[in-house]
Amino acid sequence: MSGFITLVLIILVFIIIYQIGKAGEYASMLREETKVKEQTNKTIAWLLVAFFFLGMYGIWKCNQLFDGKMLPPSASEQGVNYDSMFMYTLIVTGIVFFATQAVLFWFAFRYQSTEKRTAFFYPHNNKLEIIWTTIPAIAMAALVAVGLRNWLNVTSEAPKNANIVEVVGKQFNWLIRYPGKDGVLGKRDFRKINDANNVMGLDWNDKDNMDDIIAQNGELHLVVNKPVKLIIGSRDVIHDVGLPHFRMKMDAVPGIVTTMWFTPRFTTKQMKEMTKNPDFVYEISCDQMCGKGHYSMRGTVIVQTQAEYDAWLLMQQSYYATTTAPAAPAAGAEQKEQKPDSVKAVTMK
Amino acid sequence: MSTVIIDGPNVAHGHDVGTGHHDHEHHEQHFIWKYIFSQDHKVIGRQFLVTGIIWAIIGALFSVFFRLQLGFPDQTFPIMEKFLGEWAKGGKLSPEFYYGLVTMHGTILVFFVLTAGLSGTFANILIPLQVGARDMASPFMNMLSYWFFFAASIFMFVSLFVQTGPASGGWTTYPPLSALKEASMGSGIGMDLWLISMSLFVVSSLLGGLNYVSTILNMRTKGMTMTRLPLTIWALFFTAVLGILSFPVLFSGFVLLIFDRNFGTSFYLSEIFIGGKALSHIGGSAILYQHLFWFLGHPEVYIIMLPGMGMASEVLSNNSRKPIFGYFAMIISLVGITVLAFLVWAHHMFVTGMSPFLGSIFVLLTLLIAVPSAVKVFNWLTTMWRGNIRFTVGMLFAMGFVSMFISGGLTGIFLGNSALDIHLHDTYFVVAHFHIVMGVSAFMGMFAGIYHWFPKMFGRFMNNTLGYIHFFITFAGAYLIFWPMHYEGIAGMPRRYYDYSAWESYKQFISLNGFISIVAIIVFFAQLLFVYNFFVSIWRGRKVTVMNPWGSPTLEWTTPIKPGHGNWVGEIPEVHRWPYDYKDDGNGNDYIMQTEPLKPGEESH
Repeated sequence: MSGFITLVLIILVFIIIYQIGKAGEYASMLREETKVKEQTNKTIAWLLVAFFFLGMYGIWKCNQLFDGKMLPPSASEQGVNYDSMFMYTLIVTGIVFFATQAVLFWFAFRYQSTEKRTAFFYPHNNKLEIIWTTIPAIAMAALVAVGLRNWLNVTSEAPKNANIVEVVGKQFNWLIRYPGKDGVLGKRDFRKINDANNVMGLDWNDKDNMDDIIAQNGELHLVVNKPVKLIIGSRDVIHDVGLPHFRMKMDAVPGIVTTMWFTPRFTTKQMKEMTKNPDFVYEISCDQMCGKGHYSMRGTVIVQTQAEYDAWLLMQQSYYATTTAPAAPAAGAEQKEQKPDSVKAVTMK
Repeated sequence: MSTVIIDGPNVAHGHDVGTGHHDHEHHEQHFIWKYIFSQDHKVIGRQFLVTGIIWAIIGALFSVFFRLQLGFPDQTFPIMEKFLGEWAKGGKLSPEFYYGLVTMHGTILVFFVLTAGLSGTFANILIPLQVGARDMASPFMNMLSYWFFFAASIFMFVSLFVQTGPASGGWTTYPPLSALKEASMGSGIGMDLWLISMSLFVVSSLLGGLNYVSTILNMRTKGMTMTRLPLTIWALFFTAVLGILSFPVLFSGFVLLIFDRNFGTSFYLSEIFIGGKALSHIGGSAILYQHLFWFLGHPEVYIIMLPGMGMASEVLSNNSRKPIFGYFAMIISLVGITVLAFLVWAHHMFVTGMSPFLGSIFVLLTLLIAVPSAVKVFNWLTTMWRGNIRFTVGMLFAMGFVSMFISGGLTGIFLGNSALDIHLHDTYFVVAHFHIVMGVSAFMGMFAGIYHWFPKMFGRFMNNTLGYIHFFITFAGAYLIFWPMHYEGIAGMPRRYYDYSAWESYKQFISLNGFISIVAIIVFFAQLLFVYNFFVSIWRGRKVTVMNPWGSPTLEWTTPIKPGHGNWVGEIPEVHRWPYDYKDDGNGNDYIMQTEPLKPGEESH
């Protein structure tokens, strides 16, 4: 019923607006047409001026409104460059924006048609055109120079001492693998994946896998001020590891290994204090459309001091232990259940 | 001059329209041949326009549905259930259908409205009229172009009603998501229909494009040299060139995707575990599809932009009563944009793990495109300088086009610079950027064209008052919708999310999303006002009483008020001067027709 009433209302509003429009046409036919045209032209010119100033006020208001709602300062060292480069670009484009929009609306008002005015025949001016080809070219060259410096910096090789963590996307959550004591991630093969006891398809023939730790809750633990290199992959479709607080992002593509590295600057605790938000949390968002649960593919990053991290690491069991360990001491019925996969892996040797 | 012989059922009056002598023995054509399977470029143009308008309403309505979900995620809207049934049970969109709507909104507006609806309409209507030809080089192919588009439309429309829903992997339909039925409901039959529809669309676009190019190159009237063409024709020419060179690449991408989906090949698939089992595909590259897609996808942006640029140039110059400033610079910048359009596609893929060196090249080429774009903006502004500006509705939309093009173009400088794109990629900043620059701006150009050439198309005017209301609501609404989205994007808010309430980092924008949704709905209704104005004016608008209502020097205004098939009665006029001679003609007019011979001692432009 309410839907019907809204529909009727909308139709009514339409008819009213249409009648206003019609009345406008009739009025112009009754009165002298040229006079009406002059009047309309003047009104529109003023409306455009009003539009410009309201627009500028709106921009200022909008800025004020979102001032406290934007991201806190970059949580990674690489992001600091991003933030400053963003400001430079904003200033350059901002000047151009205000200047050209102002000129557009100013010309519209200043050169509105009047009876006395005749247009100035001005087909071209080579000097002007060369000037405004060169200036944007120089400005762009400067922006490209800054951009490429930062880009090559961000995409450079990770430092040797970087921690290595693997992040694998699947519909619709993140799997995180730490290399364990040996600091090496073992081999994995998508054919060995089994949702029950081998979510990442670790190859148990590879000794390096034995101490690898897998977190299925999407929690990525990092050490503050220590570079970290993420090895990124996907089990099914394309995902994207988005770390807005660190100003980092990289696709997770099935069949291809991608990487990114950065150095966290603030622990989660420091960030909570800086933002005065006790609920603050670094989030990992999936930034590449990956299916119906795309919007819920959330992970978190916990940045800790080295000591906290070490303590946390000590409490983690290797994935091998959590999936096969219950079988080892019991050695009975349960082992049978676990057998097929691990046995196969062993016999494949 | 070239001779065109139009045969087929359409030329019931059976004369050779190209040779100039025109017999006036008119048989009444049957309705079907005159309005449905017509080969008259003006009818075909109007068919594209009306089909485009219908698609635009559907596409915009979809955005209203998903904006309701985005703006008010915790509320239900029982009215949606009436429209969408199962997909909006209890008045709440299901995530599957939300993604279906987002995908369809993008596909419909990018391809069906802003490609077919825009260049299909204006290339058809304007090219023969402005170059001085009786019709297109091949009127039959031209008709086919529309009917392939129509067939594509049918397939796309049907896909909305299949049980597993329409394609829902985003308008870019990246595999593996779009390739595997297990990955998403929309990747079932809906995706097959999408691919069939898009393949037909490519055929339509090629048939149209080849026709446009050959007409412009071969069928200009006597005296109409390339440098006497209006900028609309130059823009439509490069639009067609872009389409001809890039759509086949998209098509090849689709063919490989069809193979991967149905015939077990592995072009895009490798090492995938989905639906509880490991697939046998190995060795493909999901990124390959993205290269093929964006090799069209980026030129596509210019396919959408260029017609608007051309029409805005024309309308701005006409209503400022001044020649376009820097005619040659405008053409050169169109050439620059066209060439660069093919060399920047990978800037959509900076975060796919591409080689950083390759990325650098694409950054350089991408920002280079800002130069011809800037030249165009400065030339438009100078065109208005010291003019005698009348604010017709078309003029306002042309100004709106320039304003939006500036705003959206400048944010492109952020996204084209890979170091900034890393953070902004796939956030609302991107959504804001491309909606302003190739959505709203292109629409503004299209509206400018519709209001300006409506008298030529239908022999009547659209209602001005409604036009002004339409303009101001659209212009203000577009900024109110998309300006705040930049803030969301800078804050990292990802696009294509169904609900943000669970995210600590983005939930502060929930009230802003509500605001955006309300404005979007208002703007949607303002567009319905336009549609209403458009259709009512076709039959009831104020009649055009003079041949040249806007005082424009170009050729289309030398035809009768309602030109028949063949456009000119008698000989096609000869052209003697460039299309922007806004000078005193000595008889109290402030323009000189292109057909006017040069006066003794007068220099041609």
